Amino acid sequence: MLRVLLLAFSVVAVAHAELCKPDAQNAFKVRLSIKAALGDNAYAWDANEEYLFKAMVAFAMRRYSSKSTTQISNVLLCNVTDRVSFWFVVTDSTKNVTTVPGSEVEAAIRMNRNRINSAFLLNDKTLQFLEISSTLSPPVESSTPVWLTVFGVVLCLTVAGIVFLIVSGIQRHKKKSKESSETENLEEKCEVTVTIENGIPCETLDSKAGHVNGVYAADDERFTSL
Amino acid sequence: SRHAGKPEERVHKRKPRLVLIEVVLKEDGRPKWDNKFQYILSCIGFAVGLGNVWRFPYLCQIHGGGAFLIPYFIALIFEGIPLLHLELALGQRLRRGSIGAWNTISPYLGGVGVGSWMVSVLVSLYYNTVLTWVMWYFINSFQEPLPWSVCPLNENRTGLSEECYESTAVNYFWYRKTLNITPDVTENGTLQWWLVLCLAACWGIVYLCTIRGIETTGKAIYVTAIFPYLVLTIFLIHGLTLPGATEGLAYLFTPNLNILKNPRVWLDAATQIFFSLSLAFGGLIAFSSYNPPKNDCEKDAVTVAIVNCMTSLYASIPVFSVLGFKATTGYWDCLDRNIISIINKFDLPEQSIMRQNYTIWIRLLNSSYPEKIAGLKLKSCDLQEFLDQSVSGTGLAFIVFTQAVILMPGSQAWAILFFIMLFSLGLSSMFGNIEGVFTPLLELQIISKSTPKELITGIICLISFLIALCFTLGSGSYWIDIFDSYAGSLPLLVLAFFEVTGIAYVYNIKRFSKDVKWMTGRQPNLYWQITWRFISPLLLLIVFVAFVAIQIQKPPSYAAWNPKYEDFPMKEEKVYPPWVLAICMLLAVLPCIFVPLVALFHLIKRMLGSKDPRSVSSEVFSCHRANSNFSHPKI
Repeated sequence: MLRVLLLAFSVVAVAHAELCKPDAQNAFKVRLSIKAALGDNAYAWDANEEYLFKAMVAFAMRRYSSKSTTQISNVLLCNVTDRVSFWFVVTDSTKNVTTVPGSEVEAAIRMNRNRINSAFLLNDKTLQFLEISSTLSPPVESSTPVWLTVFGVVLCLTVAGIVFLIVSGIQRHKKKSKESSETENLEEKCEVTVTIENGIPCETLDSKAGHVNGVYAADDERFTSL
Repeated sequence: SRHAGKPEERVHKRKPRLVLIEVVLKEDGRPKWDNKFQYILSCIGFAVGLGNVWRFPYLCQIHGGGAFLIPYFIALIFEGIPLLHLELALGQRLRRGSIGAWNTISPYLGGVGVGSWMVSVLVSLYYNTVLTWVMWYFINSFQEPLPWSVCPLNENRTGLSEECYESTAVNYFWYRKTLNITPDVTENGTLQWWLVLCLAACWGIVYLCTIRGIETTGKAIYVTAIFPYLVLTIFLIHGLTLPGATEGLAYLFTPNLNILKNPRVWLDAATQIFFSLSLAFGGLIAFSSYNPPKNDCEKDAVTVAIVNCMTSLYASIPVFSVLGFKATTGYWDCLDRNIISIINKFDLPEQSIMRQNYTIWIRLLNSSYPEKIAGLKLKSCDLQEFLDQSVSGTGLAFIVFTQAVILMPGSQAWAILFFIMLFSLGLSSMFGNIEGVFTPLLELQIISKSTPKELITGIICLISFLIALCFTLGSGSYWIDIFDSYAGSLPLLVLAFFEVTGIAYVYNIKRFSKDVKWMTGRQPNLYWQITWRFISPLLLLIVFVAFVAIQIQKPPSYAAWNPKYEDFPMKEEKVYPPWVLAICMLLAVLPCIFVPLVALFHLIKRMLGSKDPRSVSSEVFSCHRANSNFSHPKI
């Protein structure tokens, strides 16, 4: 009896070894980067974590195919390295010593990728199933692009400023024309005098010949100070 | 003497002094600066522009670091400061814009003024489009994550957009999402509506600030000229704390004195000083024409030139700290990628290979498993190579710097600050350009005195906006490069040469020195005499000849962004088609052609027997020496 059991056990072990090995048919390589994801909170990869992994894969298979036949013992892990990376394969419980087709496993993992990731506190980049590409999440699009809002603010401020300056300019012009009509008489008399004083086109140039412009006289002929 | 003549006393007794001043000012009619600080700030703001941030550090880097400062300061002393003093003194003395001023000096030199005006027009057109790009990046900096940090998905959402994937996200955002660039300068593409909107906003802001001439720019300049210094200081402090900053700075400033043997370095220094100080645009003449006549223009010129140079140096420190940071991060990324490949291939535990012992591990593994290592196709990571990637111009701001900003924590804030700073720098330079266009127009007889200034500036801005729409086409950035290389470079050298020789030999340097003495109170010393008479004209001639010689050595080509190019993401070198070359020639020659044309026109007029223009000018200018009692019609 014992010998039969031993024989059966060794057959199963050999079969398992043949089913799960690197680059076997329907086998997938998994790579985890726990330290990169969690830093100081990284946990060590041990047999318990492997058990959890097997459970998650079995859970994914069950959810995908909706038949509760996949057991944890159907998931075989092998070649665990220090990296942490390993190969796994899912055996078919109904048929002996065969593996579930890779496409089914891939679809099941894809469907439950989020659940598997969160069980290990990792994400698509740190828990990699090589050869199973992850679906990319669509970019976040807001209804109105943000830049349009900012642009609207800038444009409104500019237009408001322009309108304000134009209106104030018009008002100033009106006030000036009213004032100028009041002082017209005075100006006429003044202008004549001043014209003679500064009868040259370069009236702003120096009048070294002794005719000092009243404005600059006030400055005491100082240079403009900063 | 300060003795007030009798007629004035009569006026004093009769009327309040205020009325006399008002009338005298009305006579002059010329606006003036609120205070001297405004004027100095405006000149500094005009001179300090985008080139100080994105051209000077690049030149320092490729021309031997600290050693570049030697030709730079020599060019400043013998070319920059004398020309600057000349322009400021000219405008202040004649109190006219560029066209009027040069016409007054000598009608034969009137073409110099027209040429300057033309250059200001051409530069204003394309310069504001660069500001449009800055504004576009600014308004896009408010998003999380920054839009240039991630690649968008392609149409069927199976992967990243191919163009973005092959180049980088930053390149993609610049070439596709901003410019939507066409692969060739002849393919015009369509108007990019987002750029049109930003262009309208930019011209609106320029109009808002220049609406009443220096009355409004004088107020705006307080913000636009001072704000960039604040931001540069913030970036300086932050940049120095980034990892890798010291490598960047060491790389920038390590002098390599051998580079001084290369004449190209001297040429680059001379051209950089010249274009950096914004000479020969007519804007400086316009600014100083609003000064009171007795103002120390010598001190102003030296101040503006030194502040401009110091700003270039000051700006290169944060720029290179950030570039050093970017190079270091790139180097670390390269190492990390190699490390991951090795760890994955050999199934070694995580963090067994760190950056520090990478070389030891590589040697070990190479000796034991050379085929496996070769199969990994590892990239060789060299920090020097990353630092050597030198970029200038729009590439520095919109590609390199934006990439560095993504790597910093709080990237939105840094991006916003950076682009506001670039916008202020460019805007204060735009003020000078617009003033160079606006002031001469006011003095021409074609515009009546009663038209409000607001209307004139509005028309200028509107026409410029409509013409600048060409630069928002798909091929717009190629055209801006053309304008920048041909309209904004060669004509300025020619005009400056004629400026300095015109003053020194046509107007006569002795007369000019007397004018300067009248304004500043002291005779220009030997330095000014020598540089104005001999050194500056000679230097300008040499620079002009060398510049042309270098340009004609190879057919003008450009680098096109073509996603279908086999070596993409490298740019494709293309040659300009003949009609584009014709436009380049036109842009370079058009401002210069006015110099001989106007001289010829006056010569012909004189030969046909009309009044001798030269005799008029001498009278106009000797009036302050002779007794000024002859009556002249009021101008």
